[in-house]
Amino acid sequence: MSTEQMAALTELMEQVTGFIYPNEIEIHWSILIVVYPYVTGLVAGAFILASLVKVFNIKEVAPTYRLSLLTALAFLLVAPLPLLLHLGHPLRSYEIFLTPNPTSAMAMFGFVYAWYLMAVLLLEIWFEYRRDLVLMARESRFPMNWVYRGLSLFSTDISEAALAVDRKAIRIITIIGIPSAFLLHGYVGFIFGSVKANPWWSSVLMPIVFLMSAIVSGIALVIFLYMVLMAVRNQPIDMRCLDTIVGYLFYAVIVDFSLEALDFIQRLYESEESIKILGSLITHKLFMSLLVLQILLGMIIPLGILVIARGWKFNDDMRKLLYFTSVILIQIGIFSTRWNVVVGGQLFSKSLRGLMGYKMEVMGIEGLATALVLLALPFVILYVLIRVLPTERLEGERVPRGAPSPEGEALPLPTRGM
Amino acid sequence: MNKRQFLKSLLLLFPAGGFTGTLARWAGAKETGKTGADAGAADRRDAKAQGNGKYHPDRHWYGMGVEIDKCIGCSRCVDACKTENAVPQEPFFFRTWMERYVISKNGEASVESLNVKSKAAREAGQEDAEVLRSFFVPKLCNQCANPPCVQVCPVGATFSTQDGVVLVDANRCIGCRYCIQACPYGARYLHPQTKTADKCTFCYHRVVNDLLPACVEVCPTQARIFGDLKSKASRLVRFTRMNKIHVLKPSLNTEPKVYYAQLDGEVR
Repeated sequence: MSTEQMAALTELMEQVTGFIYPNEIEIHWSILIVVYPYVTGLVAGAFILASLVKVFNIKEVAPTYRLSLLTALAFLLVAPLPLLLHLGHPLRSYEIFLTPNPTSAMAMFGFVYAWYLMAVLLLEIWFEYRRDLVLMARESRFPMNWVYRGLSLFSTDISEAALAVDRKAIRIITIIGIPSAFLLHGYVGFIFGSVKANPWWSSVLMPIVFLMSAIVSGIALVIFLYMVLMAVRNQPIDMRCLDTIVGYLFYAVIVDFSLEALDFIQRLYESEESIKILGSLITHKLFMSLLVLQILLGMIIPLGILVIARGWKFNDDMRKLLYFTSVILIQIGIFSTRWNVVVGGQLFSKSLRGLMGYKMEVMGIEGLATALVLLALPFVILYVLIRVLPTERLEGERVPRGAPSPEGEALPLPTRGM
Repeated sequence: MNKRQFLKSLLLLFPAGGFTGTLARWAGAKETGKTGADAGAADRRDAKAQGNGKYHPDRHWYGMGVEIDKCIGCSRCVDACKTENAVPQEPFFFRTWMERYVISKNGEASVESLNVKSKAAREAGQEDAEVLRSFFVPKLCNQCANPPCVQVCPVGATFSTQDGVVLVDANRCIGCRYCIQACPYGARYLHPQTKTADKCTFCYHRVVNDLLPACVEVCPTQARIFGDLKSKASRLVRFTRMNKIHVLKPSLNTEPKVYYAQLDGEVR
């Protein structure tokens, strides 16, 4: 055992209050496992926003449709990385596919992930972009024409009949995609909610709370990206679109808030054996991250801002400012939610007699730096995706042969920060 | 009783004893599916008695009994376990450990792990509260018949053996630590060298070779009783017959196979 680990555990031992089982001093699921459900939540939320356009025919949201899909893809590509880095033996991770244990919720990860990536997201994006890829392959120069040709899988047919097939395919995929997105994130909630040993996690509401908070965070992220993208490109924001999406965000936050409140009230009222230690967990260990960041800053204040923004007759600029503030606060709140579930669930002893401490590494593989890189990485991927794939549908054949390819028009996105 | 009567009785006694013994063996064989003469043998001789030195896991179902009133908290079991199983000596990794409960007159229970001296434990130890009762509780993996750790392992690296022991295949474990989260008893840890989950094995390597687990072997007061629940002659079966027993966290339906006698309600 390394002396560093020894020193870290000795330090943590000093933070123990009450009695804990001796093996519990080490906190096993670190910040990386906080990042994982946060990132998958963003995927599910962004995809569900995209589905509004195709399944429920909500035309107002259409300007963000492609952005939502690309956001979902960028984050989905990063989602397995925190898990992989966290494993004691990352090189054995393929065993999850080769010899999955059918009773394990975690073993299903590979399959749910592969299904969602391959059968839903990539397919939908391909059908959505096929026509544009064909057009761009025709119009751009070497080597991009070959890139586009490859991406379109060498299809060339953009007749009306072929496009009709594309539209039909997208509709079918989206209809399959919504339950898949629910599955992806509900399943992440189930990983925690099904642990009967842990009273902080064990709750039948967990998958649903995860799902609702996923929708909240995904929608908020797409709003954020849309506003930033429009600002960077110096294009006007479609206020009808923004107002509509914020409307959905508002109701999603209310449902999410109600579910979490229900969970709290239920626990408090049932007042089971674990209630005392969970009470002191909240007051001693999670006061800042749960009461201040998650509930006050991440939920009540943005909800208040949205109520004001929707209730008053503000001008466009004021509304934009209010929306922008609230989506950032919501992101902080949802990240805190993930933190409180994952880390919070490991800060009390299963003997229900004591509390432990968690000290986050900064530079280590399971530290803050890795987490920040993993959170920034999807934005880098998204930047590349937006450079290659236009976020707005190309207009007919109007782009003349040999003209600068559309990727030249896409301006860089900030690659860091939320 | 005169000499003649005594000899007559002896004549009767020996065949009767033999008959009863045969009956008992027959009953034992019926219960466990064992054959012939080995059925009545004590647990410790079982493995060898089965002939050819071959071990038959399907013929056993292991468990452990702990008699709390006999435990003096010497922690020799903890030391023996660490030595036998190469458990890291640092006080953060245990396959078995010792807890001390002190219940004061105001009803408050103070608990400490004798093998770890945290700041909280050091301070708690200095108090001079009036003691109502005090006792030691050795803890270890409960080798559950319905183990949540086995249920959640994504790759099947942790598994239940036919003879009722939960083991970890260190060559297969990917180190995801889901099993550690799922264990309600805190009986698992991540081995700092192998980076795989580790836990009590009932000293499986010893048990299949006709030896007792190290902790049972060294216990000076015989507070730990190891045995085969499939064998009627087992000490453990006798222990569960002679004591009112309880298991830890029964509400979680893990069906532990570590049985405690005289367990206090404060113990979780």
